[in-house]
Amino acid sequence: MLKIENLHITVDETEILKGLSLEVPAGEVHAIMGPNGSGKSTLSYAITGREDYEVTHGDITLDGESLLEMDPNERAAKGLFLSFQHPLEIPGVATMNFIRTALNAQRKARGENEVTAADFLRAIREKAKIVGLSDEKLKRPFNVGFSGGEKKRMEMLQMAMLEPRFGILDETDSGLDIDALKMVGEVVNEMRDGSRGFLVITHYQRLLDYVKPDRVHVLAGGRIVESGGPEIARELEEHGYDKYIQSAA
Amino acid sequence: MSQVKETVVKEGIDQATVDVTRELETYKHGFITDIETEKAPKGLNEDTVRFISAKKEEPQWMLDWRLEAFKRWQEMEEPTWAHVKYPAIDYQDHYYYAAPKTGSKYESIDDVPPEILADFEKLGIPLKEAEVLLGVEGAGQTPGEARTDAGVGGEGTAKQKVAVDAVFDSVSVATTFKKELEKAGVIFMSISEAIREHPELVKKYIGSVVPTSDNFFATLNSAVFSDGTFVYVPPGVRCPMELSTYFRINEANTGQFERTLIVADKGAYVSYLEGCTAPMRDENQLHAAVVELVALEDAEIKYSTVQNWYPGDKDGKGGIYNFVTKRGDCREARSKISWTQVETGSAVTWKYPSCILRGDNSVGEFYSIAITNNHQQADTGTKMIHLGKNTTSRIISKGIAAGFSDQTYRGLVSVHRKASGVRNFTQCDSLLIGDQCGAHTVPYIEAKNSSAVLEHEATTSRLSEDQLFYCMQRGLNEEEAVSLLVNGFCKDVLQQLPMEFAVEAQKLLEVSLEGSVG
Repeated sequence: MLKIENLHITVDETEILKGLSLEVPAGEVHAIMGPNGSGKSTLSYAITGREDYEVTHGDITLDGESLLEMDPNERAAKGLFLSFQHPLEIPGVATMNFIRTALNAQRKARGENEVTAADFLRAIREKAKIVGLSDEKLKRPFNVGFSGGEKKRMEMLQMAMLEPRFGILDETDSGLDIDALKMVGEVVNEMRDGSRGFLVITHYQRLLDYVKPDRVHVLAGGRIVESGGPEIARELEEHGYDKYIQSAA
Repeated sequence: MSQVKETVVKEGIDQATVDVTRELETYKHGFITDIETEKAPKGLNEDTVRFISAKKEEPQWMLDWRLEAFKRWQEMEEPTWAHVKYPAIDYQDHYYYAAPKTGSKYESIDDVPPEILADFEKLGIPLKEAEVLLGVEGAGQTPGEARTDAGVGGEGTAKQKVAVDAVFDSVSVATTFKKELEKAGVIFMSISEAIREHPELVKKYIGSVVPTSDNFFATLNSAVFSDGTFVYVPPGVRCPMELSTYFRINEANTGQFERTLIVADKGAYVSYLEGCTAPMRDENQLHAAVVELVALEDAEIKYSTVQNWYPGDKDGKGGIYNFVTKRGDCREARSKISWTQVETGSAVTWKYPSCILRGDNSVGEFYSIAITNNHQQADTGTKMIHLGKNTTSRIISKGIAAGFSDQTYRGLVSVHRKASGVRNFTQCDSLLIGDQCGAHTVPYIEAKNSSAVLEHEATTSRLSEDQLFYCMQRGLNEEEAVSLLVNGFCKDVLQQLPMEFAVEAQKLLEVSLEGSVG
């Protein structure tokens, strides 16, 4: 479903990704692990189409369709979702309103009807309960004054509401306690089915106890340097990234 | 801040609003109405003033008042302290009076020329009372004019009646709901009519807040004002509906000089809305209005403006020069005046709605959103003059600059030596879109009484790439994202607007910023 071929990305004239290839088949969860500065966040921005992340070589396709010429919102409408490592605040815009505007924008781009106010309200209340956000938070301006943990919960709430075909979790686990990690696992596992794919970017093994990956890839120096089963994550937990950093350098 | 308002505006833009906006051109009111008009001869001299006064069948005292102002004006210099630049105005190259030829007074709405009614209809201003009643429920709306709650998503909002006075070029063409207002004792009519029918009231209050000697543009207005609106709400009366005036400049090279006078007697309340549009023309058109508000003991006046004069084209050609003097006088104890303005139009704006807080415990408020794009310039702000004891004022100003535009917030908070217990809170935020625009904040504070508590907060920020990308990753296109972020930035002010205007204002924000990013 998501296929990345020999991807080279340049940011501010510095090449960050240097020929990255990766394929996540439909229905699978893949994890990307790697040391700081290896290009993990660059990868998530490149897939979702952030400006200034210049693709100098290679291709990214979703279900066989190249994403490179699409704006971020068009990619979102195709079903790409990014759980941000550092979620943004939007002052003056109520959370409920923000998520409904996003959902309807995507639906409209796909030629679907807008969600009715009643259906939306029912769905968001139910899902807010799962991610552990109160009704009161939904009425507040989006993420304003929320704690780091609450902001991550808000990312999961949006993913649950937008129901993307492919979700990317960029260090969603950072700053979360065990209960919150469980919640992330619950949301992802609930959404896992034969057709949806996920890419989980993380430093640590601990999230992978709750979101079980089919494959784990190690990213270092702008390339995938090793791929294998979940056992790789445990090895990394024990031995660290040293050997990859040395081999990349 | 009532809870109801909160929920209404929190919903922000939704799809209906965005769709409506899509259909609009950059400036949708740029049509010209084809109608014969009668004009005063071009240029300005004493005869022009006499001509206008005669056309209005004014009494001698009014003519004398105008002539006195004209004499003063001839000795005055155009002010240059504002942070705006425009070529010198040739005051002899304007028409100072233009009226639809069929005559300016209409016995009933049915006598108004259909072209003019159609014109106001295009603007979404229903002048026929039946339409006002039918038109607010949402069904059967003309596309492009969602003048209901459709865009704000506030389900089940009660329908609201709005009485409208429409000013077309120089004359008032129609005032709706006159009978119903009369029953409540409220006088709502064109100022020309009021001069004839209620001379004692007009004479007592006109020029009592903005004297004929006030400033260059106000003095010019005093000499040549052609029409405007007069409102008087008697003691203890809460005006049963929102009052609204729509100003439209149609004729080329015509100055519009309207004069608005609103008096709320003891314990009265009135909410007044003002909307403005003009056709697109290459030449600059001049607009110099004066608005005077008088609030007596325990009275409250809420004055809201959505200013959408033609701003000129992308290269800065054409547009309205908007030089306006607006001032409210909280003349007696516990009175309150609130200005709320959304300024999106005009090539050049020079405007400082102010409050004179004379009565003890009186309250002044100023809520403003000013948007400039392309080559627009705005120098706007407020003055809060604290003369009475325990008077309080609140200023919330949100400036958004895009394109090559330049804007200045200029605010004065002044506390008189004898005014003890004064409080002021000022918050002044600027948002820049792009890197070719400018925003300036110029606060003046004069406190002559040491008990005053004055707070001032100011921020300037640039529309953040991070926020834009975040919104777009969630599915909003670039314009929707900008609009959402700007609406959020302006929320504190938008929620002060009467609901009907809030919808219009949100649409305007989008249209004004079209093409400002990327």
